[in-house]
Amino acid sequence: MAKASKTLDVRVDYVTRVEGHGNIVVRVEDGQLVECKMEITESPRFFEAMLRGRSWKDAMFLTTRICGICACGHGTASLKATEDAMGLRLSEQTLRLRKIVLHAEQLQSHWLHVYFLVAPDFFGVPSVIPLAATHTDVVLRAMRLKRLANYVCECLVGRHVHPISMVPGGYMKLPSVAALRDLRKHVADHEPDVWATVDLFAGLKMPEFSRETEYESLRDPSEYAFYGGDLVTSDGAKARPKDYQTIIHESIVQHSSAKHVRNKRESLMVGSLARFNNNSKQLHPKAKEAAAKLGLAAPNFNTFHNNTAQVVESVHCFYETLRLMDELLAGGIQDEKPPMQWPKGKKGWGVGLTEVPRGTLVHNYEYDETGVVTGANLVIPTNQNLANIEADFRAYVPQLMKEGRSRQEIAHALEMLVRAYDPCISCSTHLVRVEFK
Amino acid sequence: MAKPILCIESLSCCEGCGLQILNCETDLLPIFAKADVGRFREGSDGDVDHYTVAFVEGSIVTPHDLSRIQELRAKTDILVALGACATIGGVNVIKNFQDPDDVAKYVYGDKRTWFPHIPARPLKAEVKVDVEIHGCPINPQEFLAVTKCLLMGKAYRQPNYPVCVPCKLADNVCLWHKGVPCLGVVTRAGCEPYLCPSAGHKCIGCRGLVDKPNTQAAKDVMAEFGLTVEDVLREFRLFQGIYDEVSKA
Repeated sequence: MAKASKTLDVRVDYVTRVEGHGNIVVRVEDGQLVECKMEITESPRFFEAMLRGRSWKDAMFLTTRICGICACGHGTASLKATEDAMGLRLSEQTLRLRKIVLHAEQLQSHWLHVYFLVAPDFFGVPSVIPLAATHTDVVLRAMRLKRLANYVCECLVGRHVHPISMVPGGYMKLPSVAALRDLRKHVADHEPDVWATVDLFAGLKMPEFSRETEYESLRDPSEYAFYGGDLVTSDGAKARPKDYQTIIHESIVQHSSAKHVRNKRESLMVGSLARFNNNSKQLHPKAKEAAAKLGLAAPNFNTFHNNTAQVVESVHCFYETLRLMDELLAGGIQDEKPPMQWPKGKKGWGVGLTEVPRGTLVHNYEYDETGVVTGANLVIPTNQNLANIEADFRAYVPQLMKEGRSRQEIAHALEMLVRAYDPCISCSTHLVRVEFK
Repeated sequence: MAKPILCIESLSCCEGCGLQILNCETDLLPIFAKADVGRFREGSDGDVDHYTVAFVEGSIVTPHDLSRIQELRAKTDILVALGACATIGGVNVIKNFQDPDDVAKYVYGDKRTWFPHIPARPLKAEVKVDVEIHGCPINPQEFLAVTKCLLMGKAYRQPNYPVCVPCKLADNVCLWHKGVPCLGVVTRAGCEPYLCPSAGHKCIGCRGLVDKPNTQAAKDVMAEFGLTVEDVLREFRLFQGIYDEVSKA
């Protein structure tokens, strides 16, 4: 083994195969780690400020533009916040359709991440493009699966980037029973591809690393929480959605245009691994079967297994989508119309918490009596992970140096670590004002 | 002959247009057979010194965006503005209608000087843009059509008629008849088959105005339905605030 170097300077400008712009900066002097940062250089985008003055009907159409990858997740959280402020209750039909769209987004995002962004590291290539020639079946399968998830969104909300048909209280257009039946069959036809994905990742060995942290997610007594529930952490913290700020504490650091988040410890983690660690008992039986095949058991403290947890969740979301479609088909589609007017004279404050592919997302709006936004606060999953990424660096860099890795190998290992979080950096730079006026 | 080299780059935006490129799925494979990808940070490692065609999504919102677009322009033969943020400034322009210091203060409080920003603007406000692909997000079919034209050395002609044309062809009931102020009357078409009215919603104007919008007819329709100037501006400013800016200049 090569002798561990005493001094090390790692700088990765623009980490590739992640959404948005971030740099890794690590400096070791005389064997001591002196600097360890995840710099976020993405432009500040000021969505909270831009929401002020927008109508309740437009809030979702603006906030979906925060992120192309999780547009349906932002849309869902945004609608929940507006509906909370309006005091609306949703029908079972609307809830089921919302959940299917949210599951389709998890599928599209998880499959995009594990196949297109993560897998190239394990095949030793810079992107998925060279794999099209060497592993054609794998690439074609990845494209089929991603296409499937997009297609579900197209059928139910017009398109995935950026959804059209869903609005506060319901849908502007509903699928016919015949279309839904065809869609269900089309989804079910992809079952072998879902399991081939499990087999592929069961054969890839994630790097060795372990650091326990505080895992935050929603929890719903009736299901593996994506759409709603209370906010919980693995340290036993619990809050109703409206009290999210008792767990999510934000601060601004100079090297990141995205805010950092912590609870009681120095950092916390959200995303697939956090959800898996907190709620794995509620997974669909088929997803539990997949977890066993992949060798993933809760709790797991290896950040790289966020990738594996995404594969497990993709199995869960696939079977839950089929189940929800069966329930809708059993009841038929009712012709429900969403409200066209803001409740007369109602001032409102509403919060929407949703698990999106990268973790817990918060939209929180204040409305005046005419349904115009007067204040807004958004907490993005990637923000919540940033402090944890740096805490992982502080544990991982000494381990890599001890293993005698070269500077280049260390840089690559850190990039893989960042990638495992599936960071969505353009999402994370719409920072947050904590207090309402 | 050497293969053309493509670049896909993002300034300030949601990177949804880059994702729409990936959403072309297997239709991309023939393009990758005819061209090399020199830079696509979101999807691949690596970079090169010169691009035949650069697709740039996002607006110019920071001093860094400004220097980045100038760098990109200098090393690119054909610069394509990709999506509403790049072609018309998109939703980013909304902040231009608020006090810039207040915008930053609202989000970053007393730390606002750490994150400088300038009024949001489309690419063509700062550099020469050769081709525009409109939309929020772009229509993957249009991306494929433009890219094929560019690779074959042909000019791409973008639609210059309003969304009403494909909307009528899609047999939609006009939303104005349901009392919904739809911007399809003046907005450039080309989004089909992803027309918002076909998915039950009004056109929100993400593709910008047609070259010669029939504004008088649009005003007449809006007046007929009892809309005030403020109502109309609020609708237009979601995506088309830049036209206000331009008309003021």
